[in-house]
Amino acid sequence: MSALGGRGRVATSLAAIAVFTLVYAVGSAFVTNKYYQLMLTLVPIWAVMGLSWNILSGYAGLVSFGHAAFFGLGAYTVTLLLVHLDLTPWIGIPIGMMVGAVAAAAIGLPTFRLRGHYFALSMLAYPLALLYVFEWLGYQEVALPMKRTDAGWYMQFSDYHVYIGVALVMLVVALLVSLAVERSRFGMALLAIKQNEPAAEAAGIDTLRWKMRAIVLSGALAALAGGLYAVVLLVVTPQTVFGMLTSAQALVVTLFGGVGTMWGPVIGASILIPLSETLQAHLGNVIPGIQGVVYGLAIIFVILVAPEGVLWRVRDRLRRRDPATERDAHPAPPSASTRPIRHARPAEAGPPVLEVSDLSKSFGGLKAVEAVSFTVPAGSILGIIGPNGAGKTTLFNLLNGFSRPDGGRVVFQGRDLVGLKPNHICRLGVGRTFQVVRAFGRMSMLQNVVCGALVASRSDAEAVRIANGALEQVGLAARADASASTLSTKELRLMELARAVASRPRLLLLDETLAGLGRQEIEEMIELIRSLASDGTTVVIIEHTMHAMVRLAERLLVLDHGRVLTSGVPSEVTRDPAVIEAYLGKKWMTAGAAG
Amino acid sequence: MPAIALIENFLQALVAGVLMGSLYGMMCVGLGLIFGIMRVINFAQGEFLMLGMYVTLYIVTGLGLTSFLGPYVGPFAGAILAGPVLMVGGYLLHRYLVSRVTGVRALGAESEGHYAQLILTLGVALVLQNGGLILFGSTPQSVRTPLSSSAWEIGLPFDEFAAVFVNQARVVSAVISVAATGALYWFITRARLGKALRAAADNPEAAIYMGIDVDRAHRIAFGIGTGVTAIAGGLVATYYPFQPYVGLDFVIIMYAGVVLGGMGSITGAFWGGMTIGLVQQLSALVLPFQLQNVAIFVVFLLIVLVRPQGLYGRSVERT
Repeated sequence: MSALGGRGRVATSLAAIAVFTLVYAVGSAFVTNKYYQLMLTLVPIWAVMGLSWNILSGYAGLVSFGHAAFFGLGAYTVTLLLVHLDLTPWIGIPIGMMVGAVAAAAIGLPTFRLRGHYFALSMLAYPLALLYVFEWLGYQEVALPMKRTDAGWYMQFSDYHVYIGVALVMLVVALLVSLAVERSRFGMALLAIKQNEPAAEAAGIDTLRWKMRAIVLSGALAALAGGLYAVVLLVVTPQTVFGMLTSAQALVVTLFGGVGTMWGPVIGASILIPLSETLQAHLGNVIPGIQGVVYGLAIIFVILVAPEGVLWRVRDRLRRRDPATERDAHPAPPSASTRPIRHARPAEAGPPVLEVSDLSKSFGGLKAVEAVSFTVPAGSILGIIGPNGAGKTTLFNLLNGFSRPDGGRVVFQGRDLVGLKPNHICRLGVGRTFQVVRAFGRMSMLQNVVCGALVASRSDAEAVRIANGALEQVGLAARADASASTLSTKELRLMELARAVASRPRLLLLDETLAGLGRQEIEEMIELIRSLASDGTTVVIIEHTMHAMVRLAERLLVLDHGRVLTSGVPSEVTRDPAVIEAYLGKKWMTAGAAG
Repeated sequence: MPAIALIENFLQALVAGVLMGSLYGMMCVGLGLIFGIMRVINFAQGEFLMLGMYVTLYIVTGLGLTSFLGPYVGPFAGAILAGPVLMVGGYLLHRYLVSRVTGVRALGAESEGHYAQLILTLGVALVLQNGGLILFGSTPQSVRTPLSSSAWEIGLPFDEFAAVFVNQARVVSAVISVAATGALYWFITRARLGKALRAAADNPEAAIYMGIDVDRAHRIAFGIGTGVTAIAGGLVATYYPFQPYVGLDFVIIMYAGVVLGGMGSITGAFWGGMTIGLVQQLSALVLPFQLQNVAIFVVFLLIVLVRPQGLYGRSVERT
């Protein structure tokens, strides 16, 4: 799979959009029944709504139950502008989209503080609050006034085919927007956020900014769908545009068709809208409610057969049958173009890159890190050791901005990092890996590393180049296309290291990078870390494997109960009785004496 | 004297809020149990509430509970009996549908099968709503008890004309709600099976290694959650006219309550529901009737934004 989508794939997608539009337009030209024409107009509208939901909830994984808020605002903006100001929907719809975008920003900013289910359920509250507000304002049922003159100017067409055409054009716009998102660093960032938000943040991706962009875009598209809905249906009620079923519809067409791909909502809407409308028309009068039962059963059935949507299921089927199309191999750029990451070699014990003074953090009554101070000279390797619960990882979280210290300073290259967000700290030049590898499991190894390279690159092509270079540096270039979920522990550790290296850090924070590796693998890793340091990257590493640490680190810092027990060169530290008692135990002393 | 009228109104709303809140609390506990143990967002919970109402109705009228238990006890006994009936329903629904996209089977799926489970429960909700329409018709029903229209009048000490009216049906409902929540709390924290449920919730994989049948634990939790909400539905039916779409009126309240309570905590869910009830009733003092529910959402959002882990939840996060 290509890292950011090659030109060829974009062309294929454009062609697919063109073919779909053409077939749809020609096909609907032959439909003369008014009811079916309405149905053919509703399909693109709900597809746009699904695409809107998909940008926030599919790509970025932030499931929203409240997209009706934007849909309804779009619908009411268009309607009220027409009723009160006699403004045509041609202008009203763009204004509605702006209203949707602004509302999305206003909703996103506070609500993104929440995660997972909390976010999803909180989103429910917005459209429902708006629903009651609009009822209270007296807009229970607003009809769009019929225009006898200049009907076309008011988007009121006698030939229904024009509505289908307009809806189709809007769908194309939404598809192009989705394509642009999917095939750029925008989509990459959203995907990374979906799969592992802390890792994305640590890799330098400004998660809040990308999420805000996603929701604003999503809000505008949903408002577009809503505005068009009002124009077509000619009457708006709070229940139909703000109701829970509207939010649910966005979710249903997307999940049914396939999440996280622009064709999912289109497929979902093309199947489900005709199904429910036909059922409504044919069975609605016979037994009221039967159409809902059939529709519900259809959804249940499909989701049991294809839990991730129709599209993914079909795709998996085809792939299995024809292994040739399995993966489009990514043409690896020539290694000559990859620049190894190399900074000027600093003088021995150069000026400090990192100065930590009096750093403290407590959780409730537990003092996890207490008055910790140390400095790290440029180009050196500092090892941090200490028993479990000594506060090592907490210390890293304070250094890279995951948590905010209660007191103290972290000065990196003369700049105080306290209060900055992890992505900002990463962009300043601090890379980090995690104790438990945080991979973006559904991406290839290369894509994982590209996420790290986004901050260090101006163009997407450059990001791919840097990522390839970083993979080469850690010796994984041959496995660039392997999916991250299939990697061995060593490969995962190396990939995470490459991802951190790809952001061109001056300082690398490595959290137990040697954990879980075999003896030979540890040797290779030590060699690699040494070579990074000799290229000018300063390294701070947390490690349990004492034997490796003694050889790797130039200085050791020993933490115990959140405090600095001692620090110094390895040979001294390992002889310190306090260290032996706290961490190494008697066995080390006897072994040391014997050696 | 306006000051006295003000106090009188406030106390009246407070009493109504506490009574309402107890009932909401019980609904939330049912949903909260399902969410807490299996991390499933069940969109059909409102429909279980609706089914609870109809089952209560048919137990009371069909089995003639009122004729041998009397009009006072009959409806409430019916509501309590609706619990076990729907518990079985919930158990079977989980066994044959929900378990296919959640729990152990979904551990490896993308986002652990959340998407599939959302849409599945939405489908179930649609089937139940519209199936209800076919079976029960759209005429609003109610489970009548003489208590619904009788109230205790409690005089206020500071003014001989001031009094607070306390609806008797709601008092009985509130008492049953609190008792049922208490019983469930005891079950979850003390009983052996309850502990197994909590273990399955805490760490499904570890629970499997400890010999706990996690899928069975989920089925039981789903059944109990359904049953508890159904009892709440039966109690609501004594004062609230209902039709097959009534679930939509309550499902939001349930979710708001559970989120406020800090997702996964039983007592938290109860207090979350209580908070919603109080906000709803007290806001009526200052806001127009239509904006009562807006007040719920605004307070809900404010609380959640200030305390993302919920009003009564604890924040646990690790890197």
